[in-house]
Amino acid sequence: MRRRSVVVVGAGPAGLAAADTALAAGADVTLVDSAERPGGQYHRMLPDAYGARAPEAVQHGYRSFERRVRRVLDHPRCSWWAGAEVWALERRDPGGAAPAAPAPSCPPPKVHVLAPAPGGGPRRRHVLEPDALVLATGAHDRVLPFPGWDLPGVCTAGAAQALAKGERVVVGDRVVVAGTGPFLLPVAVSLLEAGSTVVEVVEAGARARVARGWLGRPWELGAQAGKAGELLALTGVLARHRVPYRFGRAVVAARGDGRVEEVVTAAVRADWSVVPGTERAAAVDVVCVGHGFTPRLELPVAAGCALRPGPRGTSEVYVDVDDDQATSSPGVYACGEITGVAGAPAARTEGALAGWLAAGGAPRAGAVRALRRRRDQGRAFARRLAHAHPVGAAWPGWLRPDTVVCRCEETDYATVCAAAQDPTATEARAAKLATRAGLGPCQGRVCGPTIAELRHRHGTGQPPAGPTDPGSHHRPLAQPIRLGELARPPAPPAPDRPDLAHLPPEESGS
Amino acid sequence: MSPRLVPARDDSVRRTDHPLTVTVDGEPVPGIAGQTLAGVLLAAGRTAWRTAGSGAPRGVFCGIGVCFDCLVTVNGERDVRACTRRAHDGDAVTTQSRRSGDPGDARAGERP
Repeated sequence: MRRRSVVVVGAGPAGLAAADTALAAGADVTLVDSAERPGGQYHRMLPDAYGARAPEAVQHGYRSFERRVRRVLDHPRCSWWAGAEVWALERRDPGGAAPAAPAPSCPPPKVHVLAPAPGGGPRRRHVLEPDALVLATGAHDRVLPFPGWDLPGVCTAGAAQALAKGERVVVGDRVVVAGTGPFLLPVAVSLLEAGSTVVEVVEAGARARVARGWLGRPWELGAQAGKAGELLALTGVLARHRVPYRFGRAVVAARGDGRVEEVVTAAVRADWSVVPGTERAAAVDVVCVGHGFTPRLELPVAAGCALRPGPRGTSEVYVDVDDDQATSSPGVYACGEITGVAGAPAARTEGALAGWLAAGGAPRAGAVRALRRRRDQGRAFARRLAHAHPVGAAWPGWLRPDTVVCRCEETDYATVCAAAQDPTATEARAAKLATRAGLGPCQGRVCGPTIAELRHRHGTGQPPAGPTDPGSHHRPLAQPIRLGELARPPAPPAPDRPDLAHLPPEESGS
Repeated sequence: MSPRLVPARDDSVRRTDHPLTVTVDGEPVPGIAGQTLAGVLLAAGRTAWRTAGSGAPRGVFCGIGVCFDCLVTVNGERDVRACTRRAHDGDAVTTQSRRSGDPGDARAGERP
């Protein structure tokens, strides 16, 4: 019998776990990631060229991660595509664009990949036709705009983390870490470890609500108890360094001449409305901000996966998956942050379940039952985190009319509001063309959820699209591709694995 | 002095540096093998290298290839994300601008 082939997109905690269990279930696995090393954002690895002899010094849970990486990448049935980007998914169900219910026997979409050519030169195009597709594309920081957030020196919490952990570059000397969510803590600790002065960590949520969210009803935590313990340990590090961890405050402005020189924070109420007279300025050279995460949904949307709204009171949407981590699109599984943000342990569990079942593993094996239980605890943890760190509805109160909302096109708040009230541009697409917000190089990845929220708030025209409308996540090209790369004929799926090649070899000279 | 590379002698990960040099608009900038171009630029004390349409300076924002704020031209290839591209010795980096009329105005070709 021919072995099942599984393509896993994303080699973070979820994708690596999926590849691991899909291999264990006997499948041929192709693991694709845009980074050169596996690990994703959570286990961001140091470059090989650094020759680090103690990488575990900056890696939480390095040993077990390293064991899994070796087991997966060295496996004879695993093909590891580093530095490769999936730029499109091509649906094979009839009707393509919007079939109501494609046949369950329909194969998953074809996977269009751009991969580095062995030995350098232009990237090469490949087309994979797996029996099952596992999407584990993760999430990126969401940052709400504020006056001055477009100054150099304002960056996402994730950027500071990636630079400190991934290449030992600290973003600045005097840093304020601000926003909402538990992720602010490891970022502050990474900056401290790398030698920055962290002036303060500013959490917009109220102390009581955050504490209740993390620690309340501890018997429900189950496998996630370690995560709560990890957060407490991080607050301990802050305390040892005498870094204040302030609740109920938010960054409301950054100021400076050509770069950040000063950050202004203010007390906010439960709905994040600013309490007048509480503004306070601090001299800094960097402000690291994160208001939760935006799942990277362009590939699930391209695959036709149904979405679901996040927990009540949140504006994000996630991939809807069933008890088997299967999406509404036949043969397509999803795991990790794209199904709900619950951290690395939960992502690993979802990945392990998705990989095993995508590979045709026995759905009722004892280990699978245990995985499902832990996965359910992970989902509960996602709801708990969302409830502990909601984005307050009154945050636009700190915007000024000239505050940039779309960083690429520099569309300001006043323009976005005016377009939302324009009866001739009630459709999001028309407003996009009129304001250019979301049309720049990032294709609305940064401002998309914010623009959608502001339009919803200020709109007087048609009712907004439903909560699960893929709207701002619809990007037919998931990654930029150059015309020359598009024009070249596809190369075989796996140059080093002729047994996996389903296409004729690339013509000579191309 | 603001952004910087953790000095190898103090670094808890116990790394060994292999120096390299890139040029930025013709000026040599030192780095180490394995750094991204954004890492090289930041560690050299540069916090901004792209110009937005209004003339506002831009540098690293998301750091993971999502926001496209850090775009540079590398060895003649336009619109490369500095935060995800590894630096190679001898890379010729030129900065980009979206302000109309600037050299390297990326939008010149987009307009009718």
